[in-house]
Amino acid sequence: MSALILWWTLWIVQAALVLAMCCCVYRMARGPRAQDRILALDALYVCAMLELLAFGVRTGTTIYFEAALVIGMLGFVATVSLAKFLMRGEVIE
Amino acid sequence: MTTFDAAEVPLWAAILGSALLLLGAGLTLIGTFGLVRLHSFYQRIHAPTLATSWGAGGMALGSMIIFTASSARPVLHEVLIALFVTVTTPVTLMMLGRAALYRDRSEHNPGALPDQTDDLE
Amino acid sequence: MARLLPYPLLTAGLLLMWLLLTSFTPGQFVIGIGVAVGASHALSALGEASPPIRRWSAIPRLVGIVTYDILRSNLAVARILLSASGRPQRSGFVRVPIRLRSPAGLAILAIVITATPGTAWLDYSSTRGEILIHVFDLGDEQEWVELIGDRYERLLLEIFE
Repeated sequence: MSALILWWTLWIVQAALVLAMCCCVYRMARGPRAQDRILALDALYVCAMLELLAFGVRTGTTIYFEAALVIGMLGFVATVSLAKFLMRGEVIE
Repeated sequence: MTTFDAAEVPLWAAILGSALLLLGAGLTLIGTFGLVRLHSFYQRIHAPTLATSWGAGGMALGSMIIFTASSARPVLHEVLIALFVTVTTPVTLMMLGRAALYRDRSEHNPGALPDQTDDLE
Repeated sequence: MARLLPYPLLTAGLLLMWLLLTSFTPGQFVIGIGVAVGASHALSALGEASPPIRRWSAIPRLVGIVTYDILRSNLAVARILLSASGRPQRSGFVRVPIRLRSPAGLAILAIVITATPGTAWLDYSSTRGEILIHVFDLGDEQEWVELIGDRYERLLLEIFE
């Protein structure tokens, strides 16, 4: 019974997250300005991280957790440096 | 590394965990939907916080409950993801907001600016 | 004590993180202490003093209020996004005068305001003691000024000043 519940839940959760990623990609492609694209990229990182968490529950291993943590950290650093680039036009001052 | 088989998860944990996972994914979807639907950048900046506050929190809690109930010891490391995301997103959003404000100000875009921004630094 | 552990809170946090990432065993506890103490000493080379905390009892109240507010505004913003028009009546910038001066308190206020869906911190002017926030569903500006002043700033002032 619980295997069936988990199977359906994870199916819906992963589909919702893929849909969320599509929304981010739409905003990233559409723009209109650089800050919109960076905001969408940040949200895309978060969605990818949550998708990996869902994978972890589906497969029942904690190995995806580390991947999710790495994506979260990379997303943070990438967005901060891109925002800094927008502000000053250069990353390293 | 902890592993479990889906059939071993107790029913209460499966239901509670599933509800939290669905809440998290649903809020994330609504947030990114707002990213598509809203019309100005300053409105859109509010949309991803849905995904990073209770979206990530709900999913981390749900997976924590499912893992803990089906293995012998508590599995709590997902709390790190929720904490990390909640603390770092404000930093990125703040920097993005300031960058947008700076760009709008230097281009003299109408409508996006509050009054007397010239002395904001 | 201050020489040995320049940042006690940070050291405890790093140790807890180490244990969560590996496992709660005595061996990992020893390694975790080594890592946490080493890392906090590396940070003290940057020279930023640890902020003094005046009242510990206000911290759980602040955490409780913030968690509740984040949940409440999550639902409020989700409702607006799913409504027929899909956008709020009016959103806009608000200037909030603020008495808080401690850098740690301001950092926490910035995180609280931005982590709550519906409000985003944009700028702080130290000369005029004013912050600039953007509010998603802006009803009455004065209401937001009072909300931030009474709900968050008062507690942060109790904790840090």
